Amino acid sequence: MAAYPRTTEATGVLGWIDERFPILETWKAHMSEYYAPKNFNVWYYFGVLAMLVLVIQIVSGIFLTMHYKPDSELAFASVEYIMRDVPGGWFIRYMHSTGASAFFIVVYFHMFRGLMYGSYKGKRELVWLIGMALYLALMAEAFMGYMLPWGQMSFWGAQVIINLFQTIPVVGDSLSVWIRGDFVISDPTLNRLFAFHVAAVPLILVALVFVHIVALHTVGSNNPDGIEIKALKDDKGVPLDGIPFHPYYTVHDIPAIVVFLMAFFAIIFFMPEMGGYFLEHANFEPANPLKTPVHIAPVWYFTPFYTILRAVTLSPFMGTLAMFGAIIMLFLLPWLDRNPIKSWRYRNTAHMLNLAIFAAVFMILGYLGVKPVTPELKELGVRMTEIYFLFFIVIFAHSNSEKVGRYLVWFLVLAAAIVAIDFYRANPEDAESYGQIWWQMIWPIAYLAMTLLLPFLMRGCNAEKAVPERVTS
Amino acid sequence: MSDSDSNTVNKGRRRMLIAATSVVGAAGTAAFATPLLISWMPSERAKAAGAPVEANISKIEPGQLVRVIWRGKPIWLVRRTDQMIKDLPSNDAMLKDPTSSVETQQPAYTKNAIRSRKPEMLVLIGICTHLGCSPTYRPELAPADLGAAWKGGWYCPCHGSRFDLAGRVFKNVPAPTNLVIPPHYYKTDDLLLIGEDGGAA
Amino acid sequence: MSNSIRKWIFVLIVPLLVFGILGSVGGGAGHGVALQSANVNFDDKASMQRGAKYFQNYCSGCHSLRFSRFNRVAKDIGLNAENGFSEDDVKTLINENLIFIRDAEGKKVKTGSLMKTAYNSKAAAQAFGASVPDLSLVGRSRGADWIYSYLNGFYLDPSRPTGMNNTVFKDVGMPHVLGNLQGWQTLEHSEGGEHGVPKLTLSKPGSMTGAEYDKLTRDITNFLAYVSEPAQLSRKMYGIFTLLFLFVLFGFAYALSKEYWKDIH
Repeated sequence: MAAYPRTTEATGVLGWIDERFPILETWKAHMSEYYAPKNFNVWYYFGVLAMLVLVIQIVSGIFLTMHYKPDSELAFASVEYIMRDVPGGWFIRYMHSTGASAFFIVVYFHMFRGLMYGSYKGKRELVWLIGMALYLALMAEAFMGYMLPWGQMSFWGAQVIINLFQTIPVVGDSLSVWIRGDFVISDPTLNRLFAFHVAAVPLILVALVFVHIVALHTVGSNNPDGIEIKALKDDKGVPLDGIPFHPYYTVHDIPAIVVFLMAFFAIIFFMPEMGGYFLEHANFEPANPLKTPVHIAPVWYFTPFYTILRAVTLSPFMGTLAMFGAIIMLFLLPWLDRNPIKSWRYRNTAHMLNLAIFAAVFMILGYLGVKPVTPELKELGVRMTEIYFLFFIVIFAHSNSEKVGRYLVWFLVLAAAIVAIDFYRANPEDAESYGQIWWQMIWPIAYLAMTLLLPFLMRGCNAEKAVPERVTS
Repeated sequence: MSDSDSNTVNKGRRRMLIAATSVVGAAGTAAFATPLLISWMPSERAKAAGAPVEANISKIEPGQLVRVIWRGKPIWLVRRTDQMIKDLPSNDAMLKDPTSSVETQQPAYTKNAIRSRKPEMLVLIGICTHLGCSPTYRPELAPADLGAAWKGGWYCPCHGSRFDLAGRVFKNVPAPTNLVIPPHYYKTDDLLLIGEDGGAA
Repeated sequence: MSNSIRKWIFVLIVPLLVFGILGSVGGGAGHGVALQSANVNFDDKASMQRGAKYFQNYCSGCHSLRFSRFNRVAKDIGLNAENGFSEDDVKTLINENLIFIRDAEGKKVKTGSLMKTAYNSKAAAQAFGASVPDLSLVGRSRGADWIYSYLNGFYLDPSRPTGMNNTVFKDVGMPHVLGNLQGWQTLEHSEGGEHGVPKLTLSKPGSMTGAEYDKLTRDITNFLAYVSEPAQLSRKMYGIFTLLFLFVLFGFAYALSKEYWKDIH
């Protein structure tokens, strides 16, 4: 700790504060003398954009709370009151609804950056874990927020998700009653979710963002080349490839924020519903416990996990486990991907294919979640789920690029597992799905071939590049 | 463009760009804050609930007080008798503000000796100007508790303030000002509209 | 393979895979009955005024617009100071043409009131088998095209209690309130099934010609589309100003960033 009395070089008000609060050291450590790699690209904007969206959501949310009524009889009408009778109310509402979807778009890009550049490796595992906790908290926050307008989708979406708890053996029923506060979703459920959405989870989100940044700044930021810039410092201790965050990145982030705001406000003013994806058509009908909508789907940002839930048909509980398992796998990434090279720029082509396919599969899973189930789409959902989980095994397999023979072993084992599952699943009496199973086997097998067979057969696709000492671009 | 230029920092240009961006940014922030701030103004629902109230005064007997509600406040409509109006000047010496000089307590068109547009009709907001209780109507002459000089008016039970039959406050009572007169006008002889001034005073 | 080539392959692979895989499974089923385009136009105030009039006269007996206020509607459909109407004119027009509900004392409700209906919804549930929905948001929950197709989609169906059915709302409980105006249609068996607009022919004419009835239904649709979100009349204009402003701000912010990054090599 600093000696008492604390001295400072600053004068005036700043000096007065600095004698009593470490304002200047904090500013230096995290802004003016926090050395960030100078080669940040577009993918590195999404962190500050996520913080911006968090602020937008909190501000717009507070103003919505001034008029919203968390009572099942009054909630729907209070939202329309905001949209029509409160001056500027429609704008505040659209900021919040657009912000919710924008948050997930930004966060998905932010997370994918981590995948591409290995930002979860080295000593940054904790940054990744806190980030995953943030993702979970964000999903909880979005789910609860969606309930508040108390429309048909609010009610029935909540019904589906809370029913998941009912699938848990032994404790399921009592647990769901305890969560709901009633035997069916009703006013007590709405009120408690309101309390969580407005008070508890925002506090958790803000606290997690704080520790997320502290953890990041402790190790220092990664960069598109995956190089540790602290390895090469000048005689003053400043990383050769580092630049002070302030003013260079503060000034660099502002145009990016403006571009984001252009897209954000364009949506708010010209297409706030986004074709029914940001504000769902069914939610403009008040909740009716006696009338189930023809088509229940969660909001678009949950749909990949919804597809995974529906794909596992062994039992409802297994479906629930698969859905949560899909998220838990992401937590494990730092321990699955043990390849010492961080950035995909220097890893082999097979790894690049693995990431590209994962991105495509995640999007397909999402799309399937909004569509009604047909035999082809159902089977596709199962196959995409298989590839989703295989991704984590393949990334583990890619940890060591030298033992090429292991790729073949992995390919054979995993392909055999897929085929075995298919034999178990196949029911010759169900002609439609039977046919689908056998031809759609191509997806996971092709995936395994591209990511495991290919680097085994063609050394060119297994070649890793030397990681340079200095950043490139 | 020369080498030496690229090595020196053009501080002036930087300061100007910072200033320009800040100004434009501040304008944007103000624009963004505007809908947030106006959301505090009365909503359409509040304005509808606060809309002017119509009252038909034809059935009010002389000496009778009828109460309506406007914006959540009690509004007293009193049809004063000729005697009541004649007695008003005799109170003047005992009043704090006999000539209604405090502008905030009544619209300009009721700034007269008897504080009304239509001589016999008195329109008041029935809230004591002391701490907000609603005074009791005491039209009778010289009751035992109010004294021989009482010519009719209102007595506030909370802290004892007194007002005469033009809503004017007496001296030596806690209330500081005359009872407030709301904006109002007569659409027809029988139809009183409370809440609007109705054009010419 | 250089990194920039790999980067572009990466960028292209992802959408290729997404569309390729989805394309190969057929992308999913269609959505049911095709809808006719309503071609909503909020600049056509005359249409919105007629729509308001028709709605109040034909529909508001049963259907409420419980989130909408009379005075807001009047202002937005053109009864405002810009068009030369005084406040009193507007109040009179609203009272005479739009307000048919009364308060507990028997007086017509004030112009700032919500556009409710006097109809008892329990009675409706008994009479029609379903409660009568409020229509404030039907323009958003079903869409303008659906409303227009619905109003034009009634046809004779002796198997139904009301004697009518509807091409976009199967087995609807609502009678064809506008039947005397449109006339009565019959459905020709649609072989196109779910992929074409069902063919309806007028078997008994009503008091309006086809063109007149079409105009009436477009007017009502225009009005209901507006009621579902009054803010849509003004938000586009705000959008244009906002984007222009942000464009200017971007110019300054970008110049500022470029200036500082001259330091970095």
